[in-house]
Amino acid sequence: MILVLVETDATGAVEVSRETLTFARDLSAAGGGVPIDAVVVGAPACPVAELVAQLATYGVRQVHHATGDAFSAYGGASWASAVQTVREAAGSVVVTAAGTPRGMEVLAHLAARLGVAMAANVVAFDGLAPFTVTRQVVGGAALEDMVLGERPAIFTVAGHAVEASPAPTSGEGRLVTSAPEVAAADLVARVVSAEPAQEDLSGGLKSARVVVGAGRGAGSADGFGDLLELVDLLDGALGVSRVVTSLGWRPHHEQVGQTGSRISPDLYVACGISGAIQHWAGCASAKTIVAINTDPDAPMVAKAHYAVIGDLHEIVPAINEEIRRRRSP
Amino acid sequence: MSQALDVLVCVKRVVDSTGEVVLTEDEQSVDGRYAGFTLSNHEECAIELAVQVAGAAGGSASVLTLGEPEAVDQLRSALAVGCTAATHVEADPGAFGPADVAREIALVVRDHESAGRPHDLVLLGNDAADTGDFQVGIRLAHELGRPVVNGAATIAVEDGHVVAGVKGPEGRETYRVPLPAVVTVLEGGVEPRYPTVPGRMKAKKVEIESRPPGTDPVGPNRRRLRLPPPQPSEVQVLGKGADAAPAVVDLFERLGVVAR
Ligand SMILES: Cc1cc2nc3c(=O)[nH]c(=O)nc-3n(C[C@H](O)[C@H](O)[C@H](O)COP(=O)(O)OP(=O)(O)OC[C@H]3O[C@@H](n4cnc5c(N)ncnc54)[C@H](O)[C@@H]3O)c2cc1C
Ligand SMILES: Nc1ncnc2c1ncn2[C@@H]1O[C@H](COP(=O)(O)O)[C@@H](O)[C@H]1O
Repeated sequence: MILVLVETDATGAVEVSRETLTFARDLSAAGGGVPIDAVVVGAPACPVAELVAQLATYGVRQVHHATGDAFSAYGGASWASAVQTVREAAGSVVVTAAGTPRGMEVLAHLAARLGVAMAANVVAFDGLAPFTVTRQVVGGAALEDMVLGERPAIFTVAGHAVEASPAPTSGEGRLVTSAPEVAAADLVARVVSAEPAQEDLSGGLKSARVVVGAGRGAGSADGFGDLLELVDLLDGALGVSRVVTSLGWRPHHEQVGQTGSRISPDLYVACGISGAIQHWAGCASAKTIVAINTDPDAPMVAKAHYAVIGDLHEIVPAINEEIRRRRSP
Repeated sequence: MSQALDVLVCVKRVVDSTGEVVLTEDEQSVDGRYAGFTLSNHEECAIELAVQVAGAAGGSASVLTLGEPEAVDQLRSALAVGCTAATHVEADPGAFGPADVAREIALVVRDHESAGRPHDLVLLGNDAADTGDFQVGIRLAHELGRPVVNGAATIAVEDGHVVAGVKGPEGRETYRVPLPAVVTVLEGGVEPRYPTVPGRMKAKKVEIESRPPGTDPVGPNRRRLRLPPPQPSEVQVLGKGADAAPAVVDLFERLGVVAR
């Protein structure tokens, strides 16, 4: 059995978890139809019945729901303990999760406990005997072929490596609830408080027809004025690179990429973004891409349909000015 | 804790991959002959946090690496910004898998503890910039039987506990964990400081503890590295600088994204 750790938000299983289920189905098919089970730890962010129904459409046989006080707050070790209990009872040969911070953390704990390897950020599998996966390394600039010879094979799936799609035929979707015991030592490192959970503000970005992207080239938190004006003029949304959110210039919900939102607007104007593979994963399905970059050799320029070479702080204001000029009677 | 707090920060010498990435002939690693070497941003932030936390507690910060002889450069760069002791496990890091590295770090921590130099807090990066295994910190915590917080942007020590701030799905999450503990650091919570000239001078004088690895590595399960296939570029350059604005707006109009 292939066991998939599923993370949830108010709408159900998060997109990257559904991508991982899709990846698991390909693996299952290659392995002759190995069943796929899901594990959900603690109270999901959406109604359980809806989640189970949704997971069934992704081909899930059983949904193992680990409940109990031990999971009232998130902790990497306690979640791993729950996954371990489920995997022992159900006997899975593969345990996988989306390559989110929690997916990475929980599976690394599990791998350490079981004394087996873990492959992070897998994008494909190449063969089953021995089980060989391809994963992103060097920030996506290179790929590594890695052998996962032990059982269970543990790996995380890189965000947006595959497209999430429901199964042609639904799975059984049987809910199995349990209350696994957790050792006291596994409860030491848990979230003790969280500042009011931010609601998912990325909806506008995901559905926008036009997205203006901004990366390190914006220069500072104060460098977004012209970009935001262009957003206004095109009635679009702002999307940013991880560098921008890491540096605290803009909030995380504006991030596009593997660990951010996946967008598919009619037009993406990528300003001062190098086009690293993790960013590309989130914007590749834009219909038209215009890159604005000082570096004519930036990967974003090579991958875009159109490019303007130069400083975004000169080009964007000029574009804004031109739009305003054409608009005025 | 009877003694002053000591924070150990673990860093890895990696090829600077901001430019073009070139692989070695044996396809086992990234070739750094032309690109040069550096530390990941996560580890630079971990060094900064180690120095700040140690400073606030009147304690000290130590640095450790497992790497080739040249990895001394990375130890010196950490010494130049406030670490006061360094340990070099001299080995080819390419022959060590994440479990091997964790075991070697644990050995050093235990040896130092027996020698009366406990490291109450061990900091690592969330993931190494080259191999990106996302697990050495967790495996280390497991080896040492310590709690671990993953992906912290901020860290403080108070009343024998480490308080760590993590940007998570529930917003800004806080962990409060008793020492001794392990914390992995994600960039973004602090600005790493630049070394000063006196800092560099001081760093040169510190004697680095050099030791061989304590066990034979199992190795990474790596078959080989390869570069992603280059994508043919069909980009149409609309122009250079502000002069390209009319061509850009023409395009926007053709796509029907500007209201006229
Ligand atoms: C596991 C993992 C997950 C990740 N997830 C994501 C993700 O979800 N999203 C994401 O974006 N990244 C992600 N990253 C990070 C990614 O690898 C890159 O580091 C990041 O996308 C780079 O951001 P950037 O393009 O803004 O910065 P840089 O790579 O520094 O590029 C800046 C670009 O701006 C150009 N520039 C500079 N100044 C100007 C100017 N004045 N005018 C015009 N151009 C200028 C430069 O030529 C350069 O091309 C992830 C990395 C890892 C390892
Ligand atoms: N060879 C090494 N020497 C010292 N620290 C290391 C080494 N390899 C990894 N680490 C630490 O472990 C972190 C996570 O690495 P990884 O799990 O390989 O992605 C890195 O950011 C470093 O802090």
